[in-house]
Amino acid sequence: MSAISSANATYRARKRTNAVMLAVSGAALAFGLLWLVWILATLLYEGGSALCRASLYTQMTPPPGADGGLANAIVGSLLMVASGTLIGTPVGILAGTYCAEYGRSGWLASATRFLNDVLLSAPSIVIGLFVYSIYVARVGHFSGWAGSVALGLLVVPVVVRTTDDMLKLVPNSLREAAFALGCPTWKVITLVTYRAARTGIVTGILLAVARISGETAPLLFTSLNNQFWSLDMNSPLANLPVVIFQFAMSPYADWHRLAWGGAALITLAVLALNVAARVAFRRRA
Amino acid sequence: MAEAMSSPAFSVPRPEVRGNVGAAAVTRPKLQVRNLQFFYGSFHALKNISLDIPERMVTAFIGPSGCGKSTLLRTLNKMYALYPEQRAEGEIIMDGENLLTSRQDVSLIRARIGMVFQKPTPFPMSIYDNIAFGVRLFEDLPMRDMDDRVEWALMRAALWDEVKGKLRQSGDSLSGGQQQRLCIARGIAIKPEVLLLDEPCSALDPISTAKIEELIHELKSDYTVVIVTHNMQQAARVSDFTAYMYLGELIEYGGTDDLFIKPKKKQTEDYITGRFG
Repeated sequence: MSAISSANATYRARKRTNAVMLAVSGAALAFGLLWLVWILATLLYEGGSALCRASLYTQMTPPPGADGGLANAIVGSLLMVASGTLIGTPVGILAGTYCAEYGRSGWLASATRFLNDVLLSAPSIVIGLFVYSIYVARVGHFSGWAGSVALGLLVVPVVVRTTDDMLKLVPNSLREAAFALGCPTWKVITLVTYRAARTGIVTGILLAVARISGETAPLLFTSLNNQFWSLDMNSPLANLPVVIFQFAMSPYADWHRLAWGGAALITLAVLALNVAARVAFRRRA
Repeated sequence: MAEAMSSPAFSVPRPEVRGNVGAAAVTRPKLQVRNLQFFYGSFHALKNISLDIPERMVTAFIGPSGCGKSTLLRTLNKMYALYPEQRAEGEIIMDGENLLTSRQDVSLIRARIGMVFQKPTPFPMSIYDNIAFGVRLFEDLPMRDMDDRVEWALMRAALWDEVKGKLRQSGDSLSGGQQQRLCIARGIAIKPEVLLLDEPCSALDPISTAKIEELIHELKSDYTVVIVTHNMQQAARVSDFTAYMYLGELIEYGGTDDLFIKPKKKQTEDYITGRFG
C-alpha cells in the first residue's frame, strides 16, 4: 500500500495544524470585528436620534439647556479637512514620488523615508503645539488656517508613505516599456506609473482624510472653537472633534446627545467616503 | 586571407556566403558594435563584443541563460542608462554616430530603436491610448491621422481584426498573446528604425508565437529587427543572422543557415545540437 493515504501520519498532522490555524485566525478576525461592530452600534444607538433631527444640520452649537445643532462645527470641519488635505496631499505625493521614482535607493530617499516614519508616528498633539508656537503665537489668535496647517502636516506623512509604497509596487517592466518608447522620466511617472498606482494613492489620501477628520488635539491648539456661524478662516473656527470633546466632557444631557450625534456623523461620513471611492474605482477598473 | 584577418573578428558575412538572403537584399550594417564592454557594478557582463547588425534583416542572439544576450540587446537602446550602477564602454555606431558617447537625448535614441519585452507590458489605459501614447510623445497629429496611425500599427501587428470593435477597452483585458502584439504595435507606431525584441514569445502559447513569428517576417521589410530568444528553432525560423553567445563573449556570428548547419566552432555545435546548455 502506498504511504500516501488518509491514514498517513504526516498528512493527518498537517490537516490538524490547518484546522487549528484556521480556528485561531478566525477567532482573531472575530475579536477585531467585535470592537468595530460594537463601536458602530454604540454610536448609532446613542447618536442615531440626534442624527435624524434636521436641527443638527441647521442650528448652531447651543449654550447649555438651549436647543441647537452642529451646523457651524460641521462646516468648520469640512473647511479645515478640505484645506488641510489640499495643503498636505501635493506635498505628500511629490515627496513620495521622489522616494520611489527619483531617489530610489539614494541616501536622500532613505533619510526622507526614515524622517517620514518618525513624523507618521508623532503624537498629533505635538503637531498642534508646533503649529501653535510657529503660527498661532505669532499672529496672536487661533484661526481656521492654523487648524488647516496642523491637519495638513498630519496628512503629509500618510500620503508620502502610501505613495512611496504604491509606486514601488508598479512593476519596473512597465517603466522600462515607457522609457523604451523614448518617453522622458516625468512623463513616464505622470502618464504611466501614477496611472498604474492610482487606486493605491487615492486610498492613501482617503486614509489621511479619515485620520484628520477625527483629530482633536491639533485643533485644540490651532483653530480652537467658535460658538457662532463663521466661514472666516482667519478667525477661530468651530469643528466637530473639539465640539465633541467639549460637549462630551460637560455635565449637560443635551450636549451629550449632540456629542454622540457628531461622533456618529464623522464616522458615517468617513465610511461613506471610503465606500464611494471603492465603488467609483471598481467601476472604472 | 590577409584581408579576412584585418577585418573585425565577427563581421557580417558577405553576400556570397549568405545562402538564404535574396540577391537584391541590402546588407548595409544598421548598427555596428565595436569592442563593447559592459559592467553591472564590478561584474564584467559583456566582453569585447564586435558585430554588425544588417539593415532590414532579422538578427537573433542565442545562448544559455546568463550569457549576456539580453544585456547586449539592452545596450543597443541604452536601457542600461536608467541604472547608475550599469555602464558600457566601446562603440555602438548608428548612422556614423557612437550612441554610447552621443550627446543626443537618450529619448530620441530610444524612439529610433524600439524595444519589446519578454512579458507583455500594456500600459494601464485603453488599447487605443496604448498605441497613441508613444506617437503623442513625438508627433502632434490631428485626431483623424491619429486614428489612422493606430489602425495602421494594429494592422501591422496583426491585431486589428481582433480589437477593432473595442479600442476603448483597457489593454489589460486582452489575452497574453494579444497584449504582446499590442506592445509590438505600440513599438512600431512611432516608426522606429530598429526593433529590439527581448524573448517576445517566451510567455506565449504556440499559436500566439506563430503569429508573432509571422509578424517578424513581415516587419523586416521596413525595420531592422534584433531578437533575443531561448528557442533555437525560433532563431532558425525567423532570423537571417544568428549570434551565439556564451559567458559574455560572442562565440560565433554568421548567416543563420550556416551557423545551424555547419557551425565553425565546436562550442556552437555543442549548444545547437543540445549537448550543452
